[in-house]
Amino acid sequence: MYDVVVIGAGIIGTFITRELSKFDLKTIIIDKENDIANGTTKANSAIVHAGYDAKVGTLKGKLNAKGNAMYAHVCEELDVHFKKIGSFVIATNEEEMDSIKDLYERGCKNNIPDMKILSQEEVREMEPNLSEEIIGALYAPTAGIVSPWELSVALAENAADNGAEIKLETEVLGIEKNEKGYVIHTNNGDIKTKYIFNCAGVYTQEINEMVAPRSFTIHPRRGQYNVLDKGTGSIVNHVIFQAPTKFGKGTLVTPTVHGNLLIGPDAEDLEDKENTSTTSDRIAFIQEKSRKTTTKVPFNKTITSFAGLRAVSNLGDFIIEESKEAKGFINVAGIESPGLSAAPAIAEYAINILEGIIGELNKRKEFNPRRKPVIRFMELTDEEKAEVIKKDPRYGRIICRCENITEGEIVDAIHRNAGGRTVDGIKRRSRPGMGRCQGGFCGPRVMEILARELKMDIKDIVKDNKEAYILTEETKQNKPEEVTA
Amino acid sequence: MLKYDIVVVGGGPAGLAAAIEAKKNGVDNILVIERDRELGGILQQCIHNGFGLHVFKEELTGPEYAEKFIVELKEMGIEYKLDTMVLEIGEERVISAINTEDGFMSIKAGAIILSMGCRERTRGAISIPGYRPAGVFTAGTAQRFVNMEGYMVGKKVVILGSGDIGLIMARRMTLEGAQVLAVAELMPFSGGLTRNIVQCLEDYDIPLYLSHTLMEIKGKDRVEGVVIAEVDKNRKPIKGTEKYYDCDTLLLSVGLIPENEISKNAGIKLDPITSGPIVNESMETSIEGVFACGNVVHVHDLVDFVTAESKRAGKNAARYIKKEIKCEGKIAKTEPGDGIRYIVPHMVRPENVDGTLDLSMRVDNVYKDMNMIVKLNGKEIKRMKKKHLAPGEMESVKIKKEDLVFKEDTVITVHLEKEEA
Ligand SMILES: Cc1cc2nc3c(=O)[nH]c(=O)nc-3n(C[C@H](O)[C@H](O)[C@H](O)COP(=O)(O)OP(=O)(O)OC[C@H]3O[C@@H](n4cnc5c(N)ncnc54)[C@H](O)[C@@H]3O)c2cc1C
Ligand SMILES: Cc1cc2nc3c(=O)[nH]c(=O)nc-3n(C[C@H](O)[C@H](O)[C@H](O)COP(=O)(O)OP(=O)(O)OC[C@H]3O[C@@H](n4cnc5c(N)ncnc54)[C@H](O)[C@@H]3O)c2cc1C
Repeated sequence: MYDVVVIGAGIIGTFITRELSKFDLKTIIIDKENDIANGTTKANSAIVHAGYDAKVGTLKGKLNAKGNAMYAHVCEELDVHFKKIGSFVIATNEEEMDSIKDLYERGCKNNIPDMKILSQEEVREMEPNLSEEIIGALYAPTAGIVSPWELSVALAENAADNGAEIKLETEVLGIEKNEKGYVIHTNNGDIKTKYIFNCAGVYTQEINEMVAPRSFTIHPRRGQYNVLDKGTGSIVNHVIFQAPTKFGKGTLVTPTVHGNLLIGPDAEDLEDKENTSTTSDRIAFIQEKSRKTTTKVPFNKTITSFAGLRAVSNLGDFIIEESKEAKGFINVAGIESPGLSAAPAIAEYAINILEGIIGELNKRKEFNPRRKPVIRFMELTDEEKAEVIKKDPRYGRIICRCENITEGEIVDAIHRNAGGRTVDGIKRRSRPGMGRCQGGFCGPRVMEILARELKMDIKDIVKDNKEAYILTEETKQNKPEEVTA
Repeated sequence: MLKYDIVVVGGGPAGLAAAIEAKKNGVDNILVIERDRELGGILQQCIHNGFGLHVFKEELTGPEYAEKFIVELKEMGIEYKLDTMVLEIGEERVISAINTEDGFMSIKAGAIILSMGCRERTRGAISIPGYRPAGVFTAGTAQRFVNMEGYMVGKKVVILGSGDIGLIMARRMTLEGAQVLAVAELMPFSGGLTRNIVQCLEDYDIPLYLSHTLMEIKGKDRVEGVVIAEVDKNRKPIKGTEKYYDCDTLLLSVGLIPENEISKNAGIKLDPITSGPIVNESMETSIEGVFACGNVVHVHDLVDFVTAESKRAGKNAARYIKKEIKCEGKIAKTEPGDGIRYIVPHMVRPENVDGTLDLSMRVDNVYKDMNMIVKLNGKEIKRMKKKHLAPGEMESVKIKKEDLVFKEDTVITVHLEKEEA
């Protein structure tokens, strides 16, 4: 019997699990996918919004501002890339200037610190590559960028280091309520628990309806992106948004924490909660839209495109509450943008709800907020590099030639709690295959290392999801000799 | 700090030929650095034959061709380090490199020869919409899996792009029992050698669709099918021409890009057309004492051409060490004219030309019955008749040193002109 089951290992579920691991609770986090952060958390703009955008008085408004303020600390504790680079909302005409002023007002009410409206000259000085058309901008220095899946993985790992369990490839198929709590039926056996956090992203509606009548609906809203080669990120120094107009929000242009450039997203309401495919018309659309911000995006340096699905609820705000019909079942639903930014505050808020139900929780004395630091070889000085290789020669072998990722880093990414077991899982943790060649060189090597370290047949190593097999069979020459009787 | 007269970065055919030639020209203290587990570069995965017709006058496989150089290198006692990655070329030709045995190394080189080869363009670079399932490989990655690791990457295959590696993989996959359904090429002509179209597609009844492109990849986890459509003159898809192929694998053979991250970070000037360093007649880059050869300079279609170019780099690096290269004096720039995409080398100092100047170039389209004309400051110095020219086949022109007479800075152009009937 668990005290708490967290359903869904996205940024929300992992944050909550890590918070739970601070207390004396028997906790498990489960996900239907074969890795942490394989839902919305792996495909978004990766921005820690300042918080001026959300409507005053909403949960979004409250938790975004609060979450933003918590980011630097938690990323430092967990050794995750996070950069407070600040954001601009640009205006190209008077109408847009007005909407920027509205944002400023709203930001003041949401208690966003240090905002400023910049003149054309100030914009030009701080961002020389932006379009000539820009007449001013709202500047929010507290906005930041983060690596969302890195953070999710780190949270899960730290939670596991502190005693929480992780169970992947475990899909919730049904939930039964009884006097002691709940029995969760999964493809991977039943799990008994007293309390449940429903953090299933676009599927929170379905999970909720396993225990209670419909109280909200969730539909997917897709957003598509282009990612450009490393180095292109320096075209802009801040996250650049376009002022909202009656035609919508516009696209953003931003560096990523790894120095790539990201442009997107659009917004498109869909039916299919699995449809993360990209389409040429939408990619063309975001490329065209980005020209309003800057014409300097070198689209010929695009290394990939991707799409993510926002979990949009019919209620217009985050839904974080105990179900009225099911005691001890807490929904964390409708977590669309700024869900990533708000996540640390959402987790705190959710734990408070649990405390409201069970009473004050006992702190675990041995809780360690830090995880073992990650060695990122290329970020070291020459002396440090020499030192690291001396200690572990596997750091002297480069596997990924574009990003210069060593074997030592890959082996480490496999063997940590919440370690990677797929080619893309390793890519998200230590970046081989993120570069220009997109795994052309290192893919086979990473598979070899995974197979060796996990004692698996290389043919069973998948790209990402369970069915994403890579190799089909041995070549004729390599086939083991048939044994004849 | 380690010290060598010449350090060669990359132990593919280019690096090997350059090192051997440098040694033959009197420099002893040479180090070849290779990041792979063995020497030979890309050739180790090219197990088909057809290599070496020009250099060795016999048909060899890639590994056999490489082996000849590897044996010669070892016999000459040239030092090499395997499984060693060059991370950076810093000031004063100090190289930083790492491996598991020596750890982190700083190596001071009298001269450096860059021969890092090239890499393949990927799906992202050509922006194909859809999901991102497994089963999309570059042809070279598939080649490595099949030929070196011994695993098949799929059963029903469509190939995008008709470059040589794609063509060769069409045949290879067929021989291994896979079904190759089609090869689609965006351009109205193939990017591969005619010989490969005949021997790898026609002989196996694999259809080649010119002026076609990929519209979509179906399948979320693994490729389940692809949609291909015809394109018009502006390379825009024509509605209604879409064809669906039920397949589990897509191979991309959509071009190679010289591997110049290290060169770029070292501040070496690159040519935007070739994506390789700007070089002079000695294969020297914009940084003195740093030479380059092979696919890192521009993509070659035959390794024999790589060998010739690399010998020139090796010899000149040796001359540089022996202070035999003249740095002052007249310089000519080469400039591609009508019909020519690029010319290598970009700069010529006639005093350093050894017998003949070899210009390598690619044309920008398929042409028939043309004259290829070389001019020095507008004055014709050479004219050749060409029955057939194609972007997939590199052209070269030899110019005698005697013909390179001029006073000041000057321009050498090459252009195409329709042959009068
Ligand atoms: C295009 C786009 C841009 C965005 N940009 C930003 C931004 O810049 N800043 C920001 O703050 N926010 C942004 N967001 C929002 C942010 O990405 C989300 O709020 C956040 O990732 C949601 O996390 P989550 O954990 O709720 O959902 P998810 O990451 O989707 O996690 C849900 C998990 O539940 C699992 N699951 C579902 N059903 C089951 C089941 N039956 N059994 C077991 N497991 C199940 C899924 O596999 C998944 O792993 C953006 C979102 C999108 C789509
Ligand atoms: C997939 C593929 C298939 C090909 N097939 C054929 C064919 O069938 N026939 C043909 O004639 N030509 C073929 N070619 C062209 C072939 O590349 C050339 O003929 C020849 O191999 C080029 O020689 P090279 O030495 O310039 O490059 P490569 O053979 O690529 O050698 C470059 C070497 O440099 C090493 N290197 C790179 N960076 C570093 C670093 N930082 N530190 C240490 N070492 C480094 C690499 O590991 C590699 O071994 C093919 C090319 C490719 C990419």
